[in-house]
Amino acid sequence: MKSGAKILIESLLHEGVDTIFGYPGGTVLPIYDELYDSPLRHILVRHEQAAVHAADGYARASGRVGVCLATSGPGACNLVTGIATAYMDSVPLVAITGQVPTTLLGNDAFQESDITGITLPITKHSYLVNKASELRSSVHEAFYIAGTGRMGPVLIDLPKDVQTDLVADTEPVPDKIVIRGYQPTVQGHPKQIERAVSMITAAERPVIYAGGGVIASGGSAELIRLAETQMIPVTTTLMALGAIPAHHPMNLGMLGMHGTQSANYAVTECDLLIAVGARFDDRVTGRLESFAPNAQIIHIDIDPAEIGKNKPVTLPIVGDVKQVLTEINLKLTENRVGGSWNDRLAVWKQQSIPSGGKDNGLLLPQFVVKTLSDILGDEGVIVTEVGQNQMWAAQYYAFSRPRQWITSGGLGTMGYGFPAAIGASMACPDKTVVDIAGDGSIQMNIQELATVVQFNIPVKIMILNNQYLGMVRQWQELFYDRRYSYTEMSAVDFVAIAKAYGVPGICVTDPADVKDAIQQSLDYDGPFLLDFRIEREENVMPMVPAGAAINEMILEDKR
Amino acid sequence: MKSHTISILVENRPGVLSRVAGLFTRRGFNIESLAVGTCEEPGMSRITAVVIADDEIIEQVKKQLNKLINVIKVIDITDTEHVAREIALIKVAAEPGASRAEVMQLADNFRARIIDVGTRSVILEMTGDTSKIDALVQLLCPYGIKELVRTGKIAMPRGLKTISPKK
Repeated sequence: MKSGAKILIESLLHEGVDTIFGYPGGTVLPIYDELYDSPLRHILVRHEQAAVHAADGYARASGRVGVCLATSGPGACNLVTGIATAYMDSVPLVAITGQVPTTLLGNDAFQESDITGITLPITKHSYLVNKASELRSSVHEAFYIAGTGRMGPVLIDLPKDVQTDLVADTEPVPDKIVIRGYQPTVQGHPKQIERAVSMITAAERPVIYAGGGVIASGGSAELIRLAETQMIPVTTTLMALGAIPAHHPMNLGMLGMHGTQSANYAVTECDLLIAVGARFDDRVTGRLESFAPNAQIIHIDIDPAEIGKNKPVTLPIVGDVKQVLTEINLKLTENRVGGSWNDRLAVWKQQSIPSGGKDNGLLLPQFVVKTLSDILGDEGVIVTEVGQNQMWAAQYYAFSRPRQWITSGGLGTMGYGFPAAIGASMACPDKTVVDIAGDGSIQMNIQELATVVQFNIPVKIMILNNQYLGMVRQWQELFYDRRYSYTEMSAVDFVAIAKAYGVPGICVTDPADVKDAIQQSLDYDGPFLLDFRIEREENVMPMVPAGAAINEMILEDKR
Repeated sequence: MKSHTISILVENRPGVLSRVAGLFTRRGFNIESLAVGTCEEPGMSRITAVVIADDEIIEQVKKQLNKLINVIKVIDITDTEHVAREIALIKVAAEPGASRAEVMQLADNFRARIIDVGTRSVILEMTGDTSKIDALVQLLCPYGIKELVRTGKIAMPRGLKTISPKK
């Protein structure tokens, strides 16, 4: 006979889980008791939101399913933002929550909340397990659903009595599972692939628009091959940075609201847009009617619901990005040489190299990110918060490989970066993980300084501190007549805060000190905080105003 | 915008109805009616939803429903040859005398059944397609409808065609 809690831990180990992020409480006591002498590594965070973001960061950095654990009621509710974050960015996650005993369910018991109900619209699927005997198969299904098809978060809610009930141990679950209502299409339809090949061959001005699906499917090499053999320029979304190296000759950079001129112009002018694992998000497309207005569109995606959701497409291909690209590459037997289209793009690309801030003695955020990129390069895993810090990191760090870049794209969750960096660091102990933060975002989960100290997690925090909620301030400057309504934030001595938690830090005010400070933080064996007091009203440029066409860009600050 | 009849085969799992109904709300799809009940397969239920929307929206509805793990099959039978029925129970004021006779005459014309007779009202049971029920309801309005309950539409393709999953 085994308890449900024991079966849970065994199931997690069976799924290959090595690390979980969690926070104990009343209804998960039996699980914590089993964790006490289990080989599973458990990272005790300081807020459940950090547990789910850390599991998310772990998943994005490793490509494996991340796992977090929280108690019922407030613990479970604190996971909500993180689950929504993972859902929007299709991150494989299993969130396990305690629940009041089945006998009390629905009675408004102490610390009861209907977490499966609350998370219904933000989970790929969820289980409220009523019997310990069903636990093993539910966990197995949860991991399978989270980590296949279009990946996403799955929640398992476990009433306390299910954790303590003793049941005769069931047979180990077979690895192959069949869920009747869940059979993702992996192989692209051969006829559609043939049509794609002829469209690509016939196109004069093709562009690849690569999204997060390229990273998720592990299809980066296939993407680069398609670009190289057919001389097709590639623009990536925020989620796909690193799918093709920053300095690759075919890479136009990011598109959309803060994209490069070359990428946005190329999409506007192209006659064939090959959307690969991307979902035509409004931050990418701007005004939809003006997005790729003259193009035929091929859309490759594992989720049929994404096809035609925002923009009608000429040729849909439902399937795994890597598989479909492999098939397309196989059928494209002849290489193509670049023509006038590539020459035009080369000119645009030359013009749109970001200036990186002027050398006028001011401490500019672009310079900080560029310096970090120059020093750390391929070795870094860059995690960000949300806002200006995120966009400067996206624009100025030269990413060279998939999973080197971790950011909350769809939901735009402030407070995501630091805990996600913790997760990424656990997943990639041989890499240097840096959280590029703003002074607003970092304060949303700053309590995790205690976690990195307790478990000696060597995350480097680099705060681009402008004492503003910078991105909101930028919008107020540009679209609200500089009325800075509640976006100014009082100065915080972050170095002193870090010190209080036991993390060393340096405050940098002079551009001349940037390089040394970064080097010092990277050389330090352990977590480190850098507080860069940047130019306060620096803006993220270029910018497409909300609702404008993506070629209608504001290129430079008027100031 | 037109009215679409969508048949959804689902596994009888806890929360499956919330998942389906929640999806309609969350994505801003308008449901005209929703009828749920068990079906020929054990452990399964069939939901018939009537949705008013453009064709592209219906396409999204179907795709989003298909993504739900407990949803086995979704088909839009609007343009397939099919039969559709709905049941309405209508409690209508009918004082003994002329108006009661008229109500009963109307019921007879529509092939509705009188299933309860009270001192001052009667309950009619009407089975038919939605428009026919609408017509009867409209004609009964002047007499005073006290209560109206409708099941929502259920539908089935004609002939051998089924909406069961392949075995």
